[in-house]
This record gives sequence, C-alpha cells and structure tokens, in this order.
Amino acid sequence: MSVLHCADLSPATLHTLLSAKLAQAPAFFLQAPIVLNLSDATETPDFNRLKNLFAELKLVLVGVTAANPEQKASAHAAGLAVLQAGKAALKTKEPNTSPPVAEVSDNKAVASAAASSSVAATMDSKVIEQTVRSGQQIYAKGTDLIVKGAVGAGAEVIADGNIHIYGSLRGKAIAGASGDTSKRIYCYNLQAELVSIAGNYWLSDSLQGKFWGKSACIKMQDDSLVISELV
Amino acid sequence: MAKIIVVTSGKGGVGKTTSSAAIGTGLALAGHKTVIVDFDIGLRNLDLIMGCERRVVYDFVNVINGEANLKQTLIKDKRTDNLFILPASQTRDKDALTREGVEKVLNELAKDFDFIICDSPAGIESGAMMALYFADEAVVVTNPEVSSVRDSDRILGMLSSKSRRAEQGLEGIKEHLLLTRYNPERVEKGEMLSVEDVKEILAIELIGVIPESQAVLNASNSGQPVILDKDSDAGQAYLDTIKRLLGEQVPFRFLTVEKKGFIKRIFGG
Ligand SMILES: Nc1ncnc2c1ncn2[C@@H]1O[C@H](COP(=O)(O)OP(=O)(O)OP(=O)(O)O)[C@@H](O)[C@H]1O
Ligand SMILES: [Mg+2]
Repeated sequence: MSVLHCADLSPATLHTLLSAKLAQAPAFFLQAPIVLNLSDATETPDFNRLKNLFAELKLVLVGVTAANPEQKASAHAAGLAVLQAGKAALKTKEPNTSPPVAEVSDNKAVASAAASSSVAATMDSKVIEQTVRSGQQIYAKGTDLIVKGAVGAGAEVIADGNIHIYGSLRGKAIAGASGDTSKRIYCYNLQAELVSIAGNYWLSDSLQGKFWGKSACIKMQDDSLVISELV
Repeated sequence: MAKIIVVTSGKGGVGKTTSSAAIGTGLALAGHKTVIVDFDIGLRNLDLIMGCERRVVYDFVNVINGEANLKQTLIKDKRTDNLFILPASQTRDKDALTREGVEKVLNELAKDFDFIICDSPAGIESGAMMALYFADEAVVVTNPEVSSVRDSDRILGMLSSKSRRAEQGLEGIKEHLLLTRYNPERVEKGEMLSVEDVKEILAIELIGVIPESQAVLNASNSGQPVILDKDSDAGQAYLDTIKRLLGEQVPFRFLTVEKKGFIKRIFGG
C-alpha cells in the first residue's frame, strides 16, 4: 500500500499533490489503496470529504496512520481503518509515497502498542468467487473476507475481519485492518508479498522457510506474528 | 453472430500482433469470414506483418470520424480468401478512438463477419481498454517470464471488471492463454517458467504454446503471417491453436527439447 504524508490536509492542497503523483504514474496508482500518514498534520480534516476527493481521482483512501486520538475517532467515524505507523515513518517529514515496508529498517513484525479501536465482525462475510488479479484490491469493511480463488502477485486483499484464501496467496493480505489483533489469515498456499494483522506485518523475506508454498495460518501472539500449519 | 476476440497481454512485445495475424489467417483458412482490426493507433504494424502496408488508404480513425466508409477502408488479403484487415492510423494518437465510435464500427463489421480479431496495443491505458471492452473472448498472449505473467494477470483482472460483459453483468469473457516464444531449452535450464508454472499462476485454459522460432522473424520480414509457413514449428503450433479455438482437442507439441537426430549430431545443425 502507498502511504501519503501531507501536513496540509486541505482538499485543494491534497488535490494538487495527488494529481501531480498521478501524472507521474497514472497506471500504477489507478484505484490504488492509499493510507494517509497524519504525523505532520495537526488538524482533523473532514475524512468523508477526503474520501470523495480520493475517489474522484480514482484512488481509494483506506485508512490513516500516526493519528492523534481526535483524528482517530474522526477517521473511524468515517469508516476508515486506523493503522499503526512503522517506526521510521514517524520521522519522515518529506511528503512522499512509498510502501510502508520501505520505511521499516527491520523487516520483522513491527509490534507497537495495540490499536485503540476494534470492530467486531458481525456482518456477512464478503465472498469473492474468482481469483483476485494483479492490480486489483478488495476491501471487506467490518467483516471477514473469503476468496475462493488465488490472490495474484500485485493484488491486495484487506479485511477488518479474518481473511480466508482457498487458492495461493501471492499478493498482499491485510487482516484486522481496523486494529483487531485477534484476526487471522488462512491460506491454502502461502507465497505472499506481505501479510499483516492489525498493522503488524511480515514481508515475503520473513515468510520464506517451513511454511512457504504450504497451507498456513497467520495470527498475532504476544505482540508478534506467528505462522502455523493449517492441518 | 460474429464473435469478437481480443488479442491482449498488458506487456509489450510479447507477440500480440504476430498472433493476431496468425489467428485471423488461420480462421479464414478454416472457412470463416474474418477481419483483423488494428487497435494500436499511432504504432500500426499489423499491416506490415500482413504485408499490406502499401495498400492502406483509409484507416480505423477515418471510419470512426465518418471520413471514409468500411467498404473503402477494409483491405482484402491477397493470399487468403475470407480475410480482411482494418488498419490503424499511423498519424493519430490513441485518444482518437471513442467508445461510441468503436462500437459503431464493430456493430457494422458484425453484420458481415464471423470473427472480429482485435489486435490490442500494449499497456493498460485507454487503447488497450478500448480493444478489450466489446470482446466475447480473449486470447491472453504471455511469454514464459515473470513480468509477462504478472501483466497478463493484470489484464485478466481488467477483462473481468472493465469490459462490457462485466459492466452489464453478462456472462464473462471467455479467456484463453496463449504462451508464445516458448523455449524448452531455457525452461529446462530454469531460466524461464514452464507451461505448468504459467498455467498454475494464471489459472485459465491453455489454447496454445508457440515455440521461439526463427520462422516468425522470417515471416514478418517477408510480410507473410507465420501460420502460412506450414512446415515451420511456429506455423504448426498456430494451426493447432486455431483448431483448439474452434473446439477441437489437439495434443500440445513443441514443449520439450528436441533430441538431435543422428545426422544432425554428426553434421551439426
Ligand atoms: N514465437 C516467436 N519466436 C520468435 N520471435 C517472436 C515470436 N513471436 C514474436 N516474436 C518477435 O517478437 C517481436 C514482437 O512481436 P509482436 O510485434 O507480435 O509483439 P506485440 O505484442 O504485438 O508488440 P507490441 O506490444 O509492441 O504491439 C517481433 O520482433 C516478433 O518477430
Ligand atoms: Mg503489436
């Protein structure tokens, strides 16, 4: 996911910034999920308005990170995921977009304080009947996500609840996206680029080994991610 | 009812135009009235591969703009009956195609033809989207390497979400995988993905495997689709592909390294 740092969250400034980025790489950003890093922003913006602004530009604002309590509450009310920031992300001042993984020196899990909010999955699960292809992303808001096919390299599946993938997971899977550390990822064949639960993530490098190419379950235990066999 | 087949890939230079020319010619050889439409506005080269570049008078954009009619614009192939080419414009840019314009032209072609083959430009921008939007079937051309497979996966996502069939909630586009430039030697050495690897990742039906072949280069230099070179490996692989496209069961060939025969071993070759 791309993280956008911006001190001035007025719609006009954001519009200019995003348009400039899109002009650089329109294909790359098409319908891309974006996380807004609020470490430099003192005010609490109107998140619903920002969501519409992103949508107009064919981007998807999925969540915020490094938010203060007021910003968190407001983001949450607007249906955004509240993610935890990587350590280095907080120091970055330059507006830039880069995957959060690039900002973390140590590519093991970044376990920090538990998120302030959690959403119970009470709605029906979101079910995707086919394969999720490269460049697509699926967000199951407030619920579990079930993918009957594979998740291709360069595809992203995000859920506030658990994620079940009955094919191979070659892309990114982000469960517990609003901060619920009890959520899990289950997949039939683990070859992921990234797995994340409640903002704690592992890159492909950390996933190599015993479970690579096998069925696996990923969950949080004592503030870090653990993988176990499915059967 | 005419069938619209888009030949697409995401990644550039993988063999879309070579394959469009071969598939169009093959279907015409099998007795189906076929037109190949060049959607690569600004970079047209279907006419070169078909050897009709000197006969282009009007083009696709002229027809859309009402500057010429289809009858004036379609080029009848000299070698193969039932085969026509609708050339792209070399002087316009991709934005010259509008969805309404493309729809109008395809509807008119559909009255006359059994198959409409759309040779897509590379990329996932408007030109490629235009080529795939009205398709009933798609031939996804893929080379056995990671970046090509990734781009094909991306295009498959577009086919299932950004096409007319997807938007109108109709039955989805029928997707076929065409693996081209397949080099069994390099697969054996682990330098390229195998047929099985690609099939596993893309999870769609395999319609053909075209070997990496000098015959393709010879064919395009002489402006003659390689499928007409019936003795060549690539020509035969495309002929098999056409049979499968028309519903026949044909075993796959050219998947393994050819053992050199006694004569070849002694005299080289
Ligand atoms: N099976 C093959 N063996 C050897 N060379 C091949 C084969 N198929 C295609 N080529 C060569 O690869 C090059 C690109 O082919 P082609 O123009 O058909 O690709 P394309 O996908 O249409 O490219 P573009 O994206 O630019 O439209 C050409 O030089 C062609 O001769
Ligand atoms: Mg081409």
